[in-house]
Amino acid sequence: MDIAGQKSSLSWAVHISVVLLVALWLFPTVGLLVSSFRTSDQISTSGWWKAMFPSQQNLTLRSDAPEMQVQEGDIYVIEGMLFPEGKDAEISVWGVSSRAIDSFTAGDTAPLSKGGEVTVLANGQYRMENTEPFDGTRGTRIFVTATTPPEFTLRNYQNVLFDPANSEGMAKAFINTLTVTIPATIIPIVIAAFAAYALAWMEFPGRALLIAAIVGLLVVPLQLALIPLLKLHNEIGIGKGYLGAWLAHTGFGLPLAIYLLRNYMVGLPRDIIENARVDGATEFQIFVKIILPLSFPALASFAIFQFLWTWNDLLVALVFLIDSTGDTTVMTKQIVELLGTRGGNWEILATSAFVSIAVPLMVFFAMQKYLVRGLLAGSVK
Amino acid sequence: MHPALQGIITILVGVGGCVGYFYFSNQFIDKVLFPARGENAGRNINRANMVRPWLFLLPALLALGLYLAYPVIETLRLSLTERSTLPDGSTAYAWAGADNYRQMLNEPKFWEALRNNAMWLAVVPALATAFGLLAAQLTDRIKWGNIAKSLIFMPMAISFVGAAVIFKLVYDMRPIEQEQIGILNALYLNFGGEAPIAWLTVPFWNNFFLMAVLVWIQTGFAMVILSAALRGIPEETIEAAIVDGANPFQVFFRIKVPQIKGTIMVVWTTITIVVLKVFDIVFAMTNGQWETQVLANYMYDKLFRSNDWGVGSASAMVIMLLVTPILVWNVRNARNEMK
Repeated sequence: MDIAGQKSSLSWAVHISVVLLVALWLFPTVGLLVSSFRTSDQISTSGWWKAMFPSQQNLTLRSDAPEMQVQEGDIYVIEGMLFPEGKDAEISVWGVSSRAIDSFTAGDTAPLSKGGEVTVLANGQYRMENTEPFDGTRGTRIFVTATTPPEFTLRNYQNVLFDPANSEGMAKAFINTLTVTIPATIIPIVIAAFAAYALAWMEFPGRALLIAAIVGLLVVPLQLALIPLLKLHNEIGIGKGYLGAWLAHTGFGLPLAIYLLRNYMVGLPRDIIENARVDGATEFQIFVKIILPLSFPALASFAIFQFLWTWNDLLVALVFLIDSTGDTTVMTKQIVELLGTRGGNWEILATSAFVSIAVPLMVFFAMQKYLVRGLLAGSVK
Repeated sequence: MHPALQGIITILVGVGGCVGYFYFSNQFIDKVLFPARGENAGRNINRANMVRPWLFLLPALLALGLYLAYPVIETLRLSLTERSTLPDGSTAYAWAGADNYRQMLNEPKFWEALRNNAMWLAVVPALATAFGLLAAQLTDRIKWGNIAKSLIFMPMAISFVGAAVIFKLVYDMRPIEQEQIGILNALYLNFGGEAPIAWLTVPFWNNFFLMAVLVWIQTGFAMVILSAALRGIPEETIEAAIVDGANPFQVFFRIKVPQIKGTIMVVWTTITIVVLKVFDIVFAMTNGQWETQVLANYMYDKLFRSNDWGVGSASAMVIMLLVTPILVWNVRNARNEMK
């Protein structure tokens, strides 16, 4: 044991267990991250864990169209490269029919069904020869099995975020999520801070009861609030929209906000506050000039909670925000939608999901200290 | 108006309104209503101090009352009424007594949801707490423990929907002749499985694949809280045990765990509440198909797909009922602590 000053014989076992545990926890996310940088071909032909290594793929490629043919003596020739420029792949076997895609090895010459013959080299160069002119409008299909080096692309992100047609709707949803999140984070903090100060540092009858009530409200499932509030919003004319979502998030976030802030403020040194009172500061001044600055860590903790919660929320958005036009859809909803319509298109799904995960992850890693502090203060002891 | 602009205006109005309210209402009682001068200065100061807490509390109390307390009552009322649309297009609510509850109890889907929720309750808090305790204990003993902790904690920041996508990829299935891109099937085939399995469509067991997602998310939370508790254990108790010849396992299970029992309970109940409310994961991954329904998703189905507010509210009340013991326990603990 460490305390006894000697190395434990279990030490290596501890290291290995932690490595395993971390790997197990990290693996799923890494899978999605890696997938978001692969093309749909790559994703659907090999597991993401093989992305780091050269992969063998079956590809269907096409020669140039007959209009590119040239006459060399009395034979007609089409020559060119099967792979797009810059692709560094190596063909092992190939074929000219979809039923026999591995009949020939690189360097072989194969007869074409429409007459003539074709030679394909390992690097993708080909040469088609025929005594008659090639006809038709499209090139000949050639089926190759090629080893391609690992390849990553940013195109998925380009498609999801900057496609002007915004066909996946993620760019708009991103803005919408941001629009929901920021007011829904700031407003409850202001309201809760005042209430927490009253509960922490003012004497009045019923204070203990109120604190108990707030602890109780902490666990009330927001499911109960859906219908009554939707009904209320409709009756007072808010209907579905941002205002309703902001109000709902404010209401649902308040118990935790008040609880966290009050617990923190109660621990502030009594002397400072009483001295200020003796010096004639009003409660409002004490609150603004002394309590608020000192409570910054607790405010930050709650802000992170509320930010993560509203950013990641699906239910409140479904009920209070998103109407039938879908103009106000948020990212979580958009991803659920994509799961339904684009269930097989992992490049779109993975990228969209990562776009929505990226912001909370950045906040998480940047402000982990406050998050941990908040969790420790917020779990009812 | 552009929503972003609307958002900025809301922030300004909301924050400005709140601060303005607090500032001017304070000014009002100090300067106008109960001025601290003249012959009644003393009495006025006392009065102002009696009113002030309620000024500070008012917006919060209004919001809490309207958004959390009132809905509990209203949901209870709605669960006892039947909503119908009259011929002229207006809606009417008629007293229905226990009809909604009776109807709900006769639905197999409700019992399926209840059964699944019970399984979630039995599995998720236990596993998340156990993994969290394990991770806390192990990472506290190594140098790079903090990095390990942050990586295990990371899923906390990921939305349930994001996690659903992540795990859908893990559980993905391709026909046997193609290469598997879901790691679970790849491993399964590698270790002698005969054919790939669509994990989420295997009734009963698929529940556990959904639970895995929540365990993955909540373990970090458990770890953080329990790790702090483990560090708070007085060193002397551990040293004494080691001097008496206890091995590391005995130290952990006999000395450490009993001392953090209270914290373990807190973690357990907190995760229990998350489980009772679990919605997004099921909604995004299976939507309750293949016998994976849970209460919160059942309720959502009733409220917004069948448009049956009565039964929907009744199932919401069931969730509330299940939460109530924890609510009471929390309130009692909080009150004891304040004494």
